[in-house]
This record gives sequence, C-alpha cells and structure tokens, in this order.
Amino acid sequence: MTTNVVGKNLRKVDGVKLVTGRPAFTDDIHLPGMLYGKIMPSPHAHARIVRIDATKARALAGVHAVLTYKDVPRVPHTTAGQAWPEPSPYDTYLLDNKVRFVGDRVAAVAAETRAIAEKALKLIDVEYDVLPAVLDMEQAMVDGAPVIHDEPDSTKIHDKEHNIAGYILREIGNVEEGFRECDVVIEREFRTGRQQHCPIEPHITIAWLDPDGRLVIRTSTQVPYHSRRQCAMILQLPVSRIHVVKPRIGGGFGGKQEMLLEDITGALALATRRPVKIEFTREEEFYMARSRHPQILRMKMGAKSDGTIVASQMVVLATTGAYGSHSTTVQGNTGSKVLPLYRAEHMRFQCHVVYTNAPVAGAFRGYGCPQGFFAQESVVDELAHELKMDPLEFRRRNSIRLGDIDKLSAQLGEGREGLPRVIRSCGLYDCIDRGSAAIDWDKKRKARPRPGHLKRGVGVSFTMQGSGIAGIDWASAFLKMNEDGSFFMQAGASDVGAGADTVLSQIAAETLGVTLDKIVITTGDTDTTPFDVGAYASSTTIISGGAARKAAEKVRQQVFEVAARMLDTTPDNLTCGGNKVSTVCECAKSVTMTEIAMQAMYKEKLQIMDGASHFNTDSPPPFCVTFAEVEVDTQTGQVHVLHLVSAVDPGTAINPMQAEGQVEGAVAQGLGYALTEELLLDELGRPRNASFMDYKMFTAKDMPKLTTILAETHEPLGPYGAKSISEVPINGPAPAIANAIFHAVGVRIRKVPIRPEDILRALRS
Amino acid sequence: MTKMTIRLTVNAEPKVWEIAPGDLLLDVLRREGYLGVKRGCEKGECGACTVLVDGTPINSCLMFAAQADGREVLTIEGVAQGDKLDPLQEAFLDHGAVQCGYCTPGMILNAKALLARNPNPSETEVREMLSGNYCRCTGHLKPVEAVLAAAKTMRKAAPRRTR
Repeated sequence: MTTNVVGKNLRKVDGVKLVTGRPAFTDDIHLPGMLYGKIMPSPHAHARIVRIDATKARALAGVHAVLTYKDVPRVPHTTAGQAWPEPSPYDTYLLDNKVRFVGDRVAAVAAETRAIAEKALKLIDVEYDVLPAVLDMEQAMVDGAPVIHDEPDSTKIHDKEHNIAGYILREIGNVEEGFRECDVVIEREFRTGRQQHCPIEPHITIAWLDPDGRLVIRTSTQVPYHSRRQCAMILQLPVSRIHVVKPRIGGGFGGKQEMLLEDITGALALATRRPVKIEFTREEEFYMARSRHPQILRMKMGAKSDGTIVASQMVVLATTGAYGSHSTTVQGNTGSKVLPLYRAEHMRFQCHVVYTNAPVAGAFRGYGCPQGFFAQESVVDELAHELKMDPLEFRRRNSIRLGDIDKLSAQLGEGREGLPRVIRSCGLYDCIDRGSAAIDWDKKRKARPRPGHLKRGVGVSFTMQGSGIAGIDWASAFLKMNEDGSFFMQAGASDVGAGADTVLSQIAAETLGVTLDKIVITTGDTDTTPFDVGAYASSTTIISGGAARKAAEKVRQQVFEVAARMLDTTPDNLTCGGNKVSTVCECAKSVTMTEIAMQAMYKEKLQIMDGASHFNTDSPPPFCVTFAEVEVDTQTGQVHVLHLVSAVDPGTAINPMQAEGQVEGAVAQGLGYALTEELLLDELGRPRNASFMDYKMFTAKDMPKLTTILAETHEPLGPYGAKSISEVPINGPAPAIANAIFHAVGVRIRKVPIRPEDILRALRS
Repeated sequence: MTKMTIRLTVNAEPKVWEIAPGDLLLDVLRREGYLGVKRGCEKGECGACTVLVDGTPINSCLMFAAQADGREVLTIEGVAQGDKLDPLQEAFLDHGAVQCGYCTPGMILNAKALLARNPNPSETEVREMLSGNYCRCTGHLKPVEAVLAAAKTMRKAAPRRTR
C-alpha cells in the first residue's frame, strides 16, 4: 500500500513551539494569586503519627492552609492511573496517621512563596511513634515482620498480615513433567535494582477554581481521564466538577501514570480558594515519586539435547515498596510478556509482590519486562552454551512465530484473566538477520581472545512487549472540518513527548487525503477531548491511532457525500489525496477540500464532523533483538559497551524518525538499567543518591555506537499496520550486555546494575 | 526584604528589573516571562536552565540574577529571528532531536555557544558539550546529529574567511 503521510519522516507537529521555548508546559503559566504548595515528607520509614499540631505553621504570615490527615476525607485508593476498576490495591490515603516510607506524606501547606511554605513545614509539630521497619523484601513475608498495612479500610490486598500485596500463579501444561523430559535443565537466581524514571521535568501540578467554581487541574500526567476520576473520588467531587488539562509534558516513562500531586494540590486549592502549585524538587522526584520494582527472580528452563526448549518456570519475589501501585500488573507482565517468547510446551509463573518500607514502585517503561527478560535471556544463553549451540541459532529455533497462539496471556491479563495472543505479524527473523549483520555476529563470536587485560565479547537478547492492554485499553477521537479544508482533531490521547500528537495527525491526514499541516490537533484535556485511557502500555499508536483512523474514515465518508453532489457522482466513485477529492473514473474530475468545506458549511448548512471509539481484543507484540559488543577490563572490572544494535519490529513505523528516537531513548535507559542506575537506600530507608550527580544516567558522551534497525511488518490489528515501539527496546540491553560479558571473560553476572566490582569479584572466584 | 535594581540586556532588549539580592537568575527570567528557561534540578546538574551570558553557557539556577547586571543574556526566546528559525532549531526538527522538548532549549543554547567558538566541531566535541544537557527521551544521538548538521549548514552559509 502506498502512503503519502504515514511512513514519512515528518517534523513533529508540536516541534516549533518546543525549539523556540514558547510557554507550553504545566509551569509555563502565571496565575494571579498563585500559592506555592509543599508536601512534608516523612523522615521515618515506618511510624504512627501520635500527635500533629499545625497551629504554629498556620499562624505564620503568608500561610494560607495546612492540611493534615485530620483535615481531609479518608478515601482508600490507588495512585496507579489505571482503567476502572483498578487491579492495584486500594491502600493509599490523601493523608494518613501512619507513614510507611521515608518521603511518605505527613502534611501539606500552601503559602505565598516557596520560602514561606518551606518554613511552615518546619513549624508543624509532629510526634511519631517510630515502628520497626522492613526494607528487605525477603524479610517482609516472614512471620513477625512489621505489618505495613494494618489499617482495616484498605482493600484488594492479598495478605495484609504477611505484607503480600499480590500473588500470582499460572501454569500452562505441566512444568514438572516437562522438566523430566529435558536433557538439560538450568536454574538460576537474578536480582534487579531500583531504577528511577528521571523525567527532566519533575512532577508538577497547578490547581485552581475556575469562574464556575470547577476545579481545574493542570498537570504533568500521562492519564488525564484517570486522574480526573481518581481526584473526584478522593476529593469527593462529581467528575463533572473537575477539569484536567495535560499541556506539553517533559517526559513520563510511566512515572506520570501515577496520580502523585493532583489530589493534594486540588485539596489545597479547595481549602484556600486560590491557585496552588506543587512541583517536586529533583531530590523529591527521586524518592517521593516512583521507581521500577526491584525483583528476585528464580528462572528455570529445560531443553532436549536437540535444542528444543520444553519447559520454563519463573518464580518471582518483587517489592512494591510502601504502596501497591501497579503491583500485580507489573509483575504479571514479568511472566506473561516474557515466558511466551519461547515455545515451551510447559510454562509456570509464580510471583509474590510484597510491601516494604521503601519508596514506592510503579509503572516504568517496560513494565516488568526488563526484569523478566534479564533472567530469561541469561538462562537461555546458558542453556545454549550447555548444549554447545550458537545462542542466536538456539533462540531462533525456539522463538514464537507467525500464527502461534500465546496461551499464557489468556491466563494472565491485567490483574485478572486475559485474552489469548495470536501472532499475526512477526519480524523476529528479519531483526536477527539485519542485526547480526550489523554487529558482525558470526565473525565476532568466533574471534580469538585478545591478549592482555581488555577482553571483548558479543551477546544477544530477544525481547517482546505488547501494544495496548487487550480488551481494556480504549480511546476515542473526534474530527471536524474547517472552511479552509483543514480538520480539527480532538483526541483523548496524551502526548508526553514521544510524539503521539504527530503520529495521530499523520494517521488522520493519510486517511483524509490531506497534508499534515491540514490537521490541527488538541489532546489530553478532559473538557474538550473525548476519552482515552492515556499514554501507557505502548497503546497510543495502535489504540488511539485506531480511533483516529476510524474517526477520519467516518469524516471522509461525509466529505465524499458532499463531493459526490458537487461532482455529480456517487461517494463510492471517489478517492482523496493531495488535499482534494477526485473521481476514480477516467474523467478524473476533482474538487478541493476547501471547496467541499465551503459547500458544506455555507450551501448545505452542514458541519462535517464525526468521532469514533476503538479498542482491540488482542495486544500484538512488537519484537526486538538486541546485540551488544563489550570490552571488559579484567584488571578493574570496568565494562565498555562498544556497539549496541537494536533491531525492532514495530509493525509499520508511522514516523520512522520518531520511531528510531523511541528506540534510542529506550536503549539509553536500558543501558543505565544494565550498568549504572540504581536508587540506593541506607539502613533506615533513606535515599543515598537522590541527585543527578550521584545517580548516573547515560549522557551524550557515555552513549556507545548505536545501530537502530526498524524491521517493519504489517500488523492487521493496527492502523496502517502499526504496533508499538516505545517500550520493547528497553528490555534488551541488560541481558545482551550480561551475555556479552560472559562471552568476553567467561563470568555470568546475575544482577543489575552490573557494577565493576561485581565483575571483578566474579573473575576472582 | 531588600530590593535592588539590575540593568541587563536580554535577547538584545535592554531591561531594568527590580530583584532581591538572593534571587536566582532562573527564577527571575521565568518570572519575567522567559519561560523557555526550564527548571530541572536547581543544582546545576541537568542543564535544562542553560542560558548564554555574554555568549557563555551557564546554568541559570547557579547564578544570582544580581550577577547578570550589566551583561548580555540570551535565552531560547531570542534564538530565532522573528519567524525565521536558527539553523540549530531547524536541524533539531529535521533530525527528530526533539521529543518532549524540555531539555531542548538548553541543548540549543549550549550548541549555539559551541558553534560560535568552533564552527567545525568533531562528533566527540559535540558529545562532550551535550553531556551537560541531561535528556531522558532521545538517547542523545539525534541531538548530536542535529548539531553536526546545523554546523555544516552554518559553515555553508557563512562567507569564507581568508587568512
């Protein structure tokens, strides 16, 4: 199929305002009388508030409100911005008389200036009964461990007494029988670290009452509609009395799928009747926002001597920190999106997600998969080694392929039973062929070891993800035609920087036969755009894009009906392109979109407009094959990634340049996860490295040579064949690097981040 | 609170501002409407608040506004000439170097200073320079490409210098 707009490297539709620094982000407005809000973080990992006295703080000049748990409604909820009914436990309160991690909310103030707000926090007199805390996830389930959620009103917690937020057990076939059939079985334990999202724009919310007394919440969110619903429940307002606005967002990566400031800023605006702003400082963002769930994984896999994988089993212990945001769903993904990559007849996934008195984990790009694939791809590599097979060939032979049905997904959905995944498009082989050529796999695998202390190796990993949550994620879009032949599109989708506005505009422009400049898009505003679940689960291109295409098709039909009357023909005899509608017959008559719009509006008195909703009952996986070439210094343990190849099947790339950008950004985060990034806590649960100086991300000079390959396929369920791309490449670097380290120096590192001391110790033992 | 008056040039326009001695340049610029100056860490680590002071890139979160007295400040708002974008801005758009756009103003200003002193930087030099601008979206590669492409465009446009 030839396309004119889809598949083209067009500039971002919101690009000019971003490169010129025009006011487009949450903080870029000035509201008269705006107050500065500040949250008082708990200094203790686990404590009961025995007494809290805000008298002195309230008396401070310039302070307009101080809220403690005594001043706000007590509504159990989850901060996870998920579709209703949320699978996450309702274990969180706007403010509570108990604090469960260092950084938990104790109180909130609103004052004339930030300095006064900070001063007011110091004047709040709090007496704590400090409770024993549990920070080690392996200790959390033990009898006698401190119970973190002993409050009676929290719900959907699996086992409060043992700090178990969620538990999952699923099995396909019979793994015990499967392992008995195997000639080789490998079982290993892996540990993964606490990575933080680090959006360069920290979480920020500004809330005020509009002239009608409705609460406006302008916020850095990935989920405007979910935030509106959550705030309505927590603040006890009707949904219709809340207006959530998502402006440009300075990066989300899952961290802004959490409702972290919207509720408390709204409560302060209601209490003061003034606009209130709360913005996390960078330090607060590190420990008061969210992070990736740390896990301990036991991965077991068995194969026959002919190289066929027969059974795989993953047993996971994960911690969600003090609150269960995304606890069962992230961990569910660790099994359901990972194990089915290989066609084992028998699969078993078991997982406990436990509370600890640590910063809260939540949604983070990859959503459980980076942990799972690190374990699985390491074990697959060991199996291949044991079987004396090339690890790439071993994977190719066993990987999921076109026409396969992934039955584990049917058992394991979004916190409940899911739907089976049918593989309708699969670019894995293309990824393998082009990626292995780019890294020069065959030659480098067989290369002789170099003399000296700098050893080189290459490694590979296979990963997949989803494209939206099957049967749950849905979106809508609305289009109307203007006099100049352009179209306004209103979509609920939330562009958080990944380029959704551009992708949706390209899909609509392609469908309507107009150039990209003829689409004017508004997104992510609960008053003016129709519903969308929001930006998560790699859903926007396939789900919101599906809605954009459907809405555009309906509008195109209306355009054709008007044009048919103008051209004295029938709509089915028409086609569109180049900003005009033409007959398909040889007469080749045409009218421009502008002429059609003027005819409709001023002659026929007709507004051409329509909207559509869209969801899928399947979640087509994008695939990714990652290759890494590393150099390991055997004297220091230092690893240098020399070359990384990420070959991805995203279905159709609606905008290949943007798609590549998604891969490169994901790889940079994946490299950090593999080698450098970890939020560390001390023995009291306090963050040790909550700054960019001490928490190391990959910068421009740290990035290795990177080859990005888009191995496009055509996905029948996606608009113009698109699946998704933003998450899947983050999964690959850690296992590919670990496998390359093994190839280079013969040691297996089974934890991330892989630090020089880990390699050095492994080399010594 | 003590107030003081500073006189400075912002984007080639003379300004007289009343500030407090302890005000940070970042806060004053944003208060005065230069909202392209972004707040990312307030510790001089991320580079989102980069502006040029007398042509030198600085983190405006680490400079008192008082220190800008008598000096020339360039913010992202002053980089384009009216509707005509700077070659760096064009290159950032054409190379997909902008994702969320929050770090973009700092990157462009930093690059502008680099190209002013070195019109033909190596890739290593560009990477070194951009490592002062934290970016969580792009993986840094497309911004590096964009700066190198803009440098090329600017070299072509500039009249040849004779020695």
